[in-house]
Amino acid sequence: MSSDLQGPPDMGAPVGTGGGGTPDPEAYSRAQVSPQFQELRKRYRGFAFPMTLAFLVWYFAFVLAAVFAPGWMATPVWGNVNIGIVFGLLQFVSTGLITFLYVRHANDRLDPLAAEIRDEMEGTR
Amino acid sequence: MNTLVRAAETTASGSPVVNMAIFLAFVAVTMVIVIRASKTNKSAADYYTGGRAFTGGQNGTAIAGDYLSAASFLGITGAIALTGFDGFLYSIGFLVAWLVALLLVAELLRNTGKFTMADVLAFRMRQRPVRTAAAISTLTVSFFYLLAQMAGAGGLVSLLMGITGDVGQSLTIAVVGVLMIVYVLVGGMKGTTWVQIIKAVLLISGAALMSLWVLSRYGFSLSNVMGAAADNSPLGDKLLEPGAKYGVSTLTKVDFISLAMALVLGTAGLPHVLMRFYTVPTSKEARKSVVWAITLIGLFYLFSLVLGYGAAAIVGPETIAGAPGKANSAAPLLAYELGGTLLLGFISAVAFATILAVVAGLTITASASFAHDVYANVIKKGTIAADAEVRVARIAAVVIGVLAIFGGILAKDQNIAFLVALAFAVAASANLPTILYSLFWKGFTTRGALWSIYGGLISSVGLIIFSPVVSGKVDANGNSLSMITNPNVDFSWFPLENPGLISIPLAFFLGWLGSVTDKEQPNVAKFAEMEVRSLTGAGAEKSVAVH
Repeated sequence: MSSDLQGPPDMGAPVGTGGGGTPDPEAYSRAQVSPQFQELRKRYRGFAFPMTLAFLVWYFAFVLAAVFAPGWMATPVWGNVNIGIVFGLLQFVSTGLITFLYVRHANDRLDPLAAEIRDEMEGTR
Repeated sequence: MNTLVRAAETTASGSPVVNMAIFLAFVAVTMVIVIRASKTNKSAADYYTGGRAFTGGQNGTAIAGDYLSAASFLGITGAIALTGFDGFLYSIGFLVAWLVALLLVAELLRNTGKFTMADVLAFRMRQRPVRTAAAISTLTVSFFYLLAQMAGAGGLVSLLMGITGDVGQSLTIAVVGVLMIVYVLVGGMKGTTWVQIIKAVLLISGAALMSLWVLSRYGFSLSNVMGAAADNSPLGDKLLEPGAKYGVSTLTKVDFISLAMALVLGTAGLPHVLMRFYTVPTSKEARKSVVWAITLIGLFYLFSLVLGYGAAAIVGPETIAGAPGKANSAAPLLAYELGGTLLLGFISAVAFATILAVVAGLTITASASFAHDVYANVIKKGTIAADAEVRVARIAAVVIGVLAIFGGILAKDQNIAFLVALAFAVAASANLPTILYSLFWKGFTTRGALWSIYGGLISSVGLIIFSPVVSGKVDANGNSLSMITNPNVDFSWFPLENPGLISIPLAFFLGWLGSVTDKEQPNVAKFAEMEVRSLTGAGAEKSVAVH
């Protein structure tokens, strides 16, 4: 059953009532300070934050090179393909690579721990 | 020159009958699917999220269908054909932006919210003021984006159906608007999603086919395509280098950086993209959605590079610039040169489908925000039944659709890619800072959220109003290039065309300033709930149906 059938929830945050039990508010505060959750948080932020910084720096390096070093970007590499095009295509490659690395990290390091905490809180399994 | 213009006119029209027939076939097929999908629509969750029962692959394809708008397909191809490398920046910004969504937003949002962006922004704040702000921002961004698509529909028609009169174009915009209202009313999110999936498949396979076709003419060498494009262009080799459009002066260079910033930070703040993450059952499926979306969108933008240079090489920049619809006609003209009437008909239908699918997604997002945030939670304080809320959402969809038709008729001569870039700037300023602060910063307060949302919204929209986009930009011949086409009206004082460089940092700053000066303490218990819920999914909304 979904909570929608009983009308929208009160002014508080929407709360799901489907599937397993809904954790009570204190349970969240307890979970937040638990070593398990602290570890999950560290693993998530330890990957996501530096990686975000890295791809933003890499992206703006491309943008700034296009604006302030157009001559260098125009240097031919292979036929009519110049450094600018290669740099641009490398943005596609890096996006794919970061996506792959994050998915692997999330599957191996985040999901099992998150599931453990969730199951404990919802009391499903 | 005369023959060129005549060639442009004939190729531009192709065969209106074929174009129309293929488009009607698309409408007929999708309508049947929408009606079938809607049979199981019962609850509010069905209407807003398709019962949260789509798989990551389905949703990722739908995201690509939602995201690759007319601006991407027609706008970017045209921009690369006419300005070369500088058009390529759009592709890269639009793609890299997905990493923000993947790493920081998609999964956490799925775990935290229910139907709308405001669910997340207002989660640990005082509900009414923050929901109101988030809803205003959602409606503004969606409306900007909607205008761009409707304007695109008008331009496309003049190109493909040979309809050049004001009345004819306006009528077509109205037809697109009415169709979209029907899709949304009948199908809800489920129907809209299927329209987007079908469109994504058609669009990406069409682009792949055309790219291979172009490459096959040049020995499968990108270098040869680029060489032929440069030979054909008045820019010569400059077409292959950065700077053709934005390298003119220091001001245009700064504008380029501003645009780049809005592109990369805007995606994860677009309400219609965010809402799609609620259509899957778990955060893991939300992650899979983004992976699919990145793959499909990345592929498409690679094709757009080939198509853009291919259009310059095969069609020629003069023909494109002289055709009705100008830069936006590059892709259809290329289709005609490659595959004649039939391919043009197919590509035209795909372009229409593109616009239709995107406007449907925008309409459902805007109507959900009005019904769920403004009506149910702010006006009725959460005391109305879900059925009544959905009824309001449907009425809102009709009203928004009608407004979009009128807005689209007024904006029909505007550049599509450009209007979309403005929507990105507003999203990056008004929405993204508050989303990130809400998810990650314990000290964020209600006042911080309000300052950031309103500050970002007012500064970005305000700077656009006082920029050369709206008034006072003239070309060498004294013709106006602004929205207000009277060259004597000039109230612009902000020099940049994209406000992102100023308004995005300002919104981040205001979010911080509002929070640290707020007497009201942050709600610690709610932050604990939000943080644990966002990372683990404990207590997150569950799927209500099985496909």
